[in-house]
This record gives sequence, C-alpha cells and structure tokens, in this order.
Amino acid sequence: MSEYMLEIQDVHKVFNAGTINEKTALDGVDIRLSKGDFVTIIGGNGAGKSTTLNAVAGVWQIDHGKIIINGTDVTKLPEHKRAPYLGRVFQDPMTGTAATMSIDENLAIAARRGRHRGLKWGVTKAERAAYREKLAQFGLGLEDRLTTKVGLLSGGQRQAITLLMASLMKPDLLLLDEHTAALDPKTAAKVLELSDKVIAENDLTAMMVTHNMKDAIAHGNRLIMMHEGRVIYDVAGEGKKNLHVSDLLRKFEEASGGEFANDRMMLAN
Amino acid sequence: MLLSLNLNSLLNAMPGSIAQGLIWGIMAFGVFITFRLLDFADLTVDGSMVTGGATAVMLIKAGVSPWLALLAAFAAGMAAGFVTGILHTAFGIPGILASILTQLSLYSINYNILGKAANQAISVNNYKLLASLRYVNSSGSDRIIFFAGLTGGIILLIALMYWFFGTEIGQAIRATGCNESMARAQGINTNFIKVLALMISNGLVGMSGALYAQCQGAADVNMGRGAIVIGLAAVIIGEVLFGKLCEKRKLMFAWTLLSVAFGAVLYYIVYAVVIWLRMPSENMKLFSAAIVALFLSIPYLKGKYGKKGVKKNV
Repeated sequence: MSEYMLEIQDVHKVFNAGTINEKTALDGVDIRLSKGDFVTIIGGNGAGKSTTLNAVAGVWQIDHGKIIINGTDVTKLPEHKRAPYLGRVFQDPMTGTAATMSIDENLAIAARRGRHRGLKWGVTKAERAAYREKLAQFGLGLEDRLTTKVGLLSGGQRQAITLLMASLMKPDLLLLDEHTAALDPKTAAKVLELSDKVIAENDLTAMMVTHNMKDAIAHGNRLIMMHEGRVIYDVAGEGKKNLHVSDLLRKFEEASGGEFANDRMMLAN
Repeated sequence: MLLSLNLNSLLNAMPGSIAQGLIWGIMAFGVFITFRLLDFADLTVDGSMVTGGATAVMLIKAGVSPWLALLAAFAAGMAAGFVTGILHTAFGIPGILASILTQLSLYSINYNILGKAANQAISVNNYKLLASLRYVNSSGSDRIIFFAGLTGGIILLIALMYWFFGTEIGQAIRATGCNESMARAQGINTNFIKVLALMISNGLVGMSGALYAQCQGAADVNMGRGAIVIGLAAVIIGEVLFGKLCEKRKLMFAWTLLSVAFGAVLYYIVYAVVIWLRMPSENMKLFSAAIVALFLSIPYLKGKYGKKGVKKNV
C-alpha cells in the first residue's frame, strides 16, 4: 500500500515532435492524489486536462516522467494492462460502450476487466440478476432492458451504463473525462448526481475533467486548474468550498496575462 | 434463342450448385467473422482458400486421411491469418494492405505446396475423398450421404460458432470489432484478439478450400481468385434477404450464420442460371463483382431514399 493512490511525477508529452504541428501538451505535470480524493480539473482549451487523463490511462506513452497507481509503476504498461486499475468514462457517449452489444454484455465485459477471459459463457444468470439490481438503483428504468442493444439508448443512458461499467470492479482510480459535456443540461445534472453517488458509495478516488466551473466547485474535495500543460492552481478542503467562479476567473487571467477574458469556454460559464 | 435453352440442363446443374454453395458457405463464415464481427476487410482469404486446398490435396495424395487433411487445411489457413494479424498489429501495416501482402505471398507459397506446380489433380477413383462431384451427381446413396454430411457439418459449425462467440473470449472479439477504445479500456488486448479472430476466420476459409479442391478434383493456384467477393456476396445476400427474419429471434446469431450459408447457396444458384442463359464464363467475375456491388449498395440506398424520418434515439 502506497501513501498515494495516484502519483503523476513530472510528466512531459509533446505531440508531433519535430513537425510544424509540434505541440507541448504536458509540460511537467505533478499531481498526487490520496485515497478517496475526488479532484475536479479545469482549464482552457489545450490546457492538458484530458491529456493528463489519457497519460494516466496509457492511451500513448509519455515522453518523460512517471505514473504510479496505488504503488504500482504503470509508466511503461500498455493501455489494456492499466485497465484493471482504472474506470473510465469519456466525453463522447459512444466511446465507452459497444453499441452492437446488449447492456448485460457490456457490463459483463467490464466485470471481467483485469481477469482472464476464457471459454466460459460470457454472461451468467447470477450476473444478470446483480446487474438488474445495480441498474435499478440508477432509477433510469434500464433494469428491464438488459438485452437491449446499447446503441439504441440515449447519450445519458449510455453514460450511466459506462459509469456503472467503470465502477463495477471498484477501480483504484475513476477517470471522468468531460463525461457530461455532450449531454443536455438536465441529463448532465443527472449523470453528475450518479457520478457523486457511485464515487461515494464505492469510496473511489476520482479525477473529473470539466469545462463547467460551477460543477468543478460543487463536486469533489479538491480542484486543480491547468494551463499550457502545467498545474497552476491546486486547492482542497475549506479553501475549495469557499471558492467562487469569480475567483477562478481571476486565477485564469493571472495565469494567462488577461487573454482568458476572451476565451470562449470561460465566457460560456 | 430462348427455345434452345434446355430446362433439364439447368435442373441437372442444381445439385452441383447447391454443393458448391454449401462449401463456400463455410468460407463465408470466415468472411463474416472478419468483415462483420471484427470490422476488418481481410483479403487474405483469396490466398488462404488455396493454401487450405493445396495442403489437403497434397496430404491426401501422400496417403493421409482426408479428415486429418481437413484439420491440416484449417491449421494452414490459421497460419495465413496469423501472418496478416502480425503484419497489422505488430508492424502497424493498415489491415487491408497487410492482408493483400499476405495474399500475394501466399501465391508463391501455394505454388510451392503444390510441388512447384500450378495445380494438382486428385481423383476420387484413387483416393477416398470427403467431397467430389462424383458424389454430387451420383443417383445412389453417395449423394444422400454427401449432402447430409455437408449440411450436418455446417449445422455443427454454426453451433460451435454460436457457442464460441458467446464465451468471454468471443465477446472480447465482438467488442474489439465494435469499439476498440472501449475494448482496451476494459482490459482487452485488442491486438491479440485481432490476430486470434483472423486465424479462426482463415482457418475456416482453409477448410472450405480443402473441400472445394476435393469437390473439383484438383487444387489450383488460381482457385481463390475473387474468393473474398464470393464470401462477401454470401454474407450480404444473406443479410439483405433474411436479415429481417433473423432480427429479435432467440439464437439470432445462429440464424444469421444460417442465412449466410443460404446466401452462398443462392449465389451459386443464380450463378448457374446466368451460365445457363449462355453468359460466357470469362464474364462471370464481372457478374460476381456486379452482384456484390448491387447487394452492398441496397442497405445504403434504402437508408438514403427509403423510409423518411429514420428512428433514432439521441
């Protein structure tokens, strides 16, 4: 057991190095999460929020630095080998589920995350009953539609399924990558509420990237602001509780020398 | 000119067409796995079909049991699928190109398997074969045993595939084909899964090639040319004609596979009719391509000009 659930140590990532499109995405990111931390991450476009989550998930290899999950150095592990430690929900509701497969099959695939997949039947009766029960707690009526193809569900329903898939095996770390950004406000609020519930009930450590500053303040126990591939503000506990959107805006402006006043994403909030 | 067409000659051709359709149905199962389940346009099959046929014929000629030869053809097909899979996953070559490279290399390999010859004949007079036009056209019990055996074999294959694609590993194959990001996020080694699916697919194709070569009485280095198109034709004809019937049924996956086999049989029946209508045989590849183009475009055109207001939950 490690002191931290997640350690991101001096991580650097440059995309398209040596070309005209060279872009420094992560420029020495250091983040340490204790067990049970629920951190929200905000920042402008290209600040490195989603990139940080992808670095942890191992979507590609980082150029420099270390990533340690619950004491295990996963820096060199490919994406599918890090999956056992992680639950992930993505911005696009299409990304997290297999559309041509049924709800119970999607959940069954998630239930085998990190386990050997052999020639045993893919979904057992006992599992189905357990899934039905868990889905019923979501209150979306999905418990009666276990054999429905996920592709027929709405974006919000798919995100709810993905959330359940992510938490089913109680991951060391839950990564929520703007998972409500593609949803309408009412559905987004519902999915956020489910996220809070899932995190609290399973006592998960979580990182949530969001564009919405109000959400970033209202959820979690800690808030991180990123800018140009670096962490520029990190606040937890009482300090975070007393934050206002105006405080965050000021921070942004300090960091960027005023240019944020023109940032489309900031004005939207 | 129509008067000169003899209906009897068409009817006489039917058993041969049905036999060919059933044998190619097995090949189409392989295409179904890559094209539909894995979403991978695998052109290896043009070569692995011949590899299976050549392997089986040479082994039978060497005195090996035709059943063992059938297994060996499956293994040879798997080896071909393995190469395509490794070229794609370990060396990053785009899937379709990787399969074309394997297909091309197989032409040389098949030539070598055939003892540095373009073809090798095998006569049912001298060897005990699993399939032969002799059985197909015999009037006695040989014909019944052959068709019963072939149909039974296909039903067995459908049952096996139904089971396999319902297991954990089969689910992983379907998930990989549907959404690779999701599969990886759920800890599935998508590279391994792709290689595995390509191997199973080409194994089936090799087995089909073994039966086809025996049925024709020879393995020919060119016998796989355009095989992918025939396999696709079977898959797509099956889907377009029987898709609605399969939907929402219990065991839907098994019904879908059955419709693929029917698709292959139908393809060869239509083929026989076209030949009977005096289409010169050198034009048949053009005909095959046209059929597949037609059936591939039907779902698209239906979606575009068919029902207005497509139902979609967002």
